[in-house]
Amino acid sequence: MQASTFSQTRKKNTVSKRAGAKQLKTGEFYFRIVFKPLLFILLLAPALWLAWGAYQDSLGANPVEAVIRGMGDWGLRILLLTLLISPLKRLLDWPRLLRLRRMLGLFAYFYVALHLLAYVWLDQYFDWNEIWLDVVERPFITVGVLAFVLLTPLALTSTKGMMRRLGKRWKRLHRLVYPISILAVLHFWWMVKLDISEPLVYSILLALLLGERLYRNVVRQG
Amino acid sequence: MLIRNNSEIKENQVTDYQDYQKRREFIKTAAGLGLAALSGSLIQPASAKILKSPYSTSEKLTDYEDITSYNNFYEFGTSKSDPKRYAKAMKTSPWTVSVEGHCEKPGKYNLEDLLKPLTVEERIYRFRCVEGWSMVIPWLGVPLADVIKRMKPTSRAKFVYFETLADPKQMRAIKHQILDWPYVEGLRMDEALHPLTILATGLYGKDLLNQNGAPLRLVVPWKYGFKSIKSIVKIRFVESQPMNTWRKSSQDEYGFYANVNPDVPHPRWSQRRERVIGSGFFSRKKKTRLFNGYEDQVASLYSGMDLGKNF
Repeated sequence: MQASTFSQTRKKNTVSKRAGAKQLKTGEFYFRIVFKPLLFILLLAPALWLAWGAYQDSLGANPVEAVIRGMGDWGLRILLLTLLISPLKRLLDWPRLLRLRRMLGLFAYFYVALHLLAYVWLDQYFDWNEIWLDVVERPFITVGVLAFVLLTPLALTSTKGMMRRLGKRWKRLHRLVYPISILAVLHFWWMVKLDISEPLVYSILLALLLGERLYRNVVRQG
Repeated sequence: MLIRNNSEIKENQVTDYQDYQKRREFIKTAAGLGLAALSGSLIQPASAKILKSPYSTSEKLTDYEDITSYNNFYEFGTSKSDPKRYAKAMKTSPWTVSVEGHCEKPGKYNLEDLLKPLTVEERIYRFRCVEGWSMVIPWLGVPLADVIKRMKPTSRAKFVYFETLADPKQMRAIKHQILDWPYVEGLRMDEALHPLTILATGLYGKDLLNQNGAPLRLVVPWKYGFKSIKSIVKIRFVESQPMNTWRKSSQDEYGFYANVNPDVPHPRWSQRRERVIGSGFFSRKKKTRLFNGYEDQVASLYSGMDLGKNF
């Protein structure tokens, strides 16, 4: 009686272990082969769409403005998405999500860099004197450039090798993403002429994302 | 003198008429040219008969498509594409303009009656927006001075106040209190009487489309575009400087005069240069000129004034 129970339990264990291994494999398969590439294409799409629009001259009367604004919009959106990953991971209990953060962060940097390049090239036409005056005289440009400068070391240290080498300091360095996103939203606020509805939406989203972290820290420590 | 004028007119007509012809096909298919255009054609003379003006510039015209699709008309929404999309809901015929204040001929005028005795002429003007972009627009219209003189303002009339239609039923964004509606603007009397200042009724040989401020708008080419108030329903002669909408919304960013001036920056952006709409993807911005290049004609209006303080 006892022996049979024992062997049954053993059997069950082996079966569930095997099923678990298979499940893990399928999950990993979908994550790597379907989900991540799909997200990559989705994140690249706005840049392709803008490039195509520029080529086709279908971006309206002021294509330069459309490109600069478009790249900036997507840079900010993807930056906020990177901040959504860890709360979403906890909410869905889906640890794999964390592995999307590097791709998202690099895409945010990609769009921000293109945004800046479009400003330097298409808007200012490499007039460095004018650009310098903009940076020192126009607060919205000052904070925008500052956000880009701060984001650069994060992009450069995003590799696994750098993570290993920096160890604990890596995490501290990458906390810069919080002030960077505040600067990015501020950049938008100070730029708009009058209608603040769009920067307001981003502000609320950012406040929720940062608020959630603050709340968790307070709860954990308190 | 007369002969010289005539030859000048003829020469201009040839180039511009060809320009209009080229765009005719597009204009025919353009939206908003239904009944309104038919009734409005009472105001716009045939393109061959349009009187040319020595005040016109010979710079390359901005495309009709760009002029009619990239607009600021916040009563219809704050995006540049909103006016084209939503301004069709505005009824511009019949149109009444109320003339009020210190003048001998106040009253409610039909648009046709307000303009009838006057000759519509073409004025190709540079147009500079406070946001840093510019166009070259072939307006049709009448000198504002001619309209003002007919109303016989009294000596107490020192300024002219203008008001845009503000009807939430026809203008979908009025319900958002983005600006303090109705949109209002004002000019000093000498600015209003200046020969460059016109009341426009059309562009590119056609009636104004609603997104451009149909059926009647102000055009003051040496000032930032927001001074050129659209869809005017009220003209009032007043004694003291009237408030204008953008100034009311932000005193330190927008002034009463709003003269184009590369040396007086908007607090948040430079005004030194401008993006010429339609100049293409890889082109440099153009240097902005004092009084938008109309310095010879208008600088005397502001002699002795500190343009930095009176921005």
